[in-house]
Amino acid sequence: MSVEHASMRIISGYARGDTDIAVDEVWALEAHLEMCRVCRDRLSAAVATRAPAVVALIDTVWSDLGPQLAAATAMRRRCWLPRPARLLTPATVPWLAMVVSVTLLALLLDLAGAGARFGSGEVSLMLLLAPVLPVLGVAASWSRGLDPAYELTVSAPRAGLYLVLRRTVSVLAVVVPALFLGGYVAGVSGMTAVQWLLPCLAFTSTTLALGGVIGVTRAAVALVAVWVAVVVAPTLAASRSTFALQTGGLPVWALILALGTGVVLARKGAYSALGAHR
Amino acid sequence: MIAAVNAADLAPTAYAWQIQATGLKVRAGRKRMAVDGLDLSLGTGVHGLLGPNGAGKTTLIRALATVLHPAQGTLELLGESVGGMGEHRALRRRIGYLPQEFGYYKRFTVREFVEYMAWLKEVPKAEIPAAVQRAVERVGLADRADERMKALSGGMVRRVGIAQAIVNDPSILLLDEPTVGLDPAQRLRFRELLQELGTDTCVLVSTHLVEDVAAACTDVVLLAEGRLVFQGTPDELAAAGGPEHVGDSPLERGYSALLQGPERGRGAW
Repeated sequence: MSVEHASMRIISGYARGDTDIAVDEVWALEAHLEMCRVCRDRLSAAVATRAPAVVALIDTVWSDLGPQLAAATAMRRRCWLPRPARLLTPATVPWLAMVVSVTLLALLLDLAGAGARFGSGEVSLMLLLAPVLPVLGVAASWSRGLDPAYELTVSAPRAGLYLVLRRTVSVLAVVVPALFLGGYVAGVSGMTAVQWLLPCLAFTSTTLALGGVIGVTRAAVALVAVWVAVVVAPTLAASRSTFALQTGGLPVWALILALGTGVVLARKGAYSALGAHR
Repeated sequence: MIAAVNAADLAPTAYAWQIQATGLKVRAGRKRMAVDGLDLSLGTGVHGLLGPNGAGKTTLIRALATVLHPAQGTLELLGESVGGMGEHRALRRRIGYLPQEFGYYKRFTVREFVEYMAWLKEVPKAEIPAAVQRAVERVGLADRADERMKALSGGMVRRVGIAQAIVNDPSILLLDEPTVGLDPAQRLRFRELLQELGTDTCVLVSTHLVEDVAAACTDVVLLAEGRLVFQGTPDELAAAGGPEHVGDSPLERGYSALLQGPERGRGAW
C-alpha cells in the first residue's frame, strides 16, 4: 500500500516541540502516527537524537512507573471465567450436594428396606422424594436469601427469564441423572421414569411460577410442605403407593407443568426485578 | 490499529438528561411509598445524594437501576422510558450499579468475580479481559487481581464492587454508599476516581458523609421523606446554612438548615 509518510522536517520539529508547526499539520501528523509504525519509529529515533530534555523526562516517568508495573499482574489474554459459573452460582453447589446425598440416602433406605417395604411393599422413598428434590436446587440458584450476589445479578442485563431457565436446567441436569441412576439401582417395581419425571418437572415449573409472585425460596418451601403433608405423610402412614404417582395421575401432572410454564412465560418480567428474589 | 474515535462516540444524544424523573413514586415493601412524588433531572457529572436514614435514597437508586418498578410517575433513563415489567436489557448494559449490601462469592478471585459480572452485563466476550483489567486497575487492585475475595479486607471488597460497577463503561453509574469501609487514603483516591468518571458519565452517589459531597460532587441532591428538598451545587448547600444551625462545617450547617425547613418536629434524630 502506498502511503505518504510524514517528512523528516515535521517529525523532528514535532520531537523538539517546535511551536512554528501549523496546528493542522500537528493534527495530521498525530493522526498519521497513530496508524503508522514506520513513522512512530522515526519519531522515537528523532526524540533520542534531538530532544534530550524529552528523553530525560521519559526516563523519569519510566523509573516511577517501573515498580508499579512490576507489582501489577498482567492481563489475561482471554476470559478464564470458570465455565460452571455461567450455568450455576457457587452458592448452589452445597445445595446440589445435599440434594444428591438425600437421593443417595433414600436409595439406601429403599435397598435396606427392600424386604420390608413398609409393610405391603409398594412404597419407595425415592419415588416419594423425587418430585420435590430439584425444587431445593432451583430455590438455591435463584433466591435472595441464598445467593449473596442476588442484587447484582438481578440488576444485570442478563438477568431475567433466560438466566433463571439456564440455572434451572443446570440444576435439573445434575438432579435428574442422579434420580435416574438411583431408580435404576433400586429397581423399584413399577416405577417408570415418566412416573416421577413429570411430577418433578411440574414441581419445578410451579416453583418458578409461584416464585415470580412470592419469591422462589418461599415458593419452594411452600410446595415441599404441601407435598409432604398431602402425599408423603399419608403414603408412609398407610403404606400404599399414592395415586399421585400412579400412571393415572400423569395427565394431571402434565396439566400442572403446562400451567406453570405458561405463568412463568407470562410473568417473565418478574425475574429481573428485586421482588422475585425475596 | 483501530481509530480512536468512531461515529457512535460523536453521535449527538437524543435526550437532555441522563436521568429524568417526574412525579416519581416507588414503593418499598408493600405499603410504604419510599420515593413519593420526586421530580429530578440529572445530567453528566457527579451528583451526591444526601438525606437522613429512610429518606428513600436506596429505593430511588434501585428504581434507577431498574430493579424496582415505579408505582407512579415517569422515569426516563438515557431517553428510554422505564416502567412496567420489561427487562430493559439494552438500557441495563449502559448502567453500572453498586448496591448497598454488596454480596460476592468468596471463592472467586477478584478477576473472576469482575469477569463474571462483565459476563452478566453482556460485555462482548472478546472485550472482557481488557475491560476487567482496566476496571481493576482503576480501583487500584491490579496487584491483588488474582487473590481470592475472601482474603480481601472490607475496603478492598468495596473497591471490587466499584470495579464491577464500572466494568461495562456505563453512561449512568449508581453507587449506593460506596465509601463505607474505605480508609481516609482510599476515600481520597475514590473521590479522584469519581471526578474522573464524572467528566463523561452521570454518576449518582448516595452517601451519609457530607464531606464526600464537598470534595467530589458537582451537584448535591437532598432527599427527605421521598421528596426532593434541594438540588444545587455544594456552595449553594453551604450558603443555605447559618451559624445558628447544627454542624461542624458550612455544608453540614446547610444540610441541617434545609432538613429543619418547613416540616420539622420528628424525633431528635
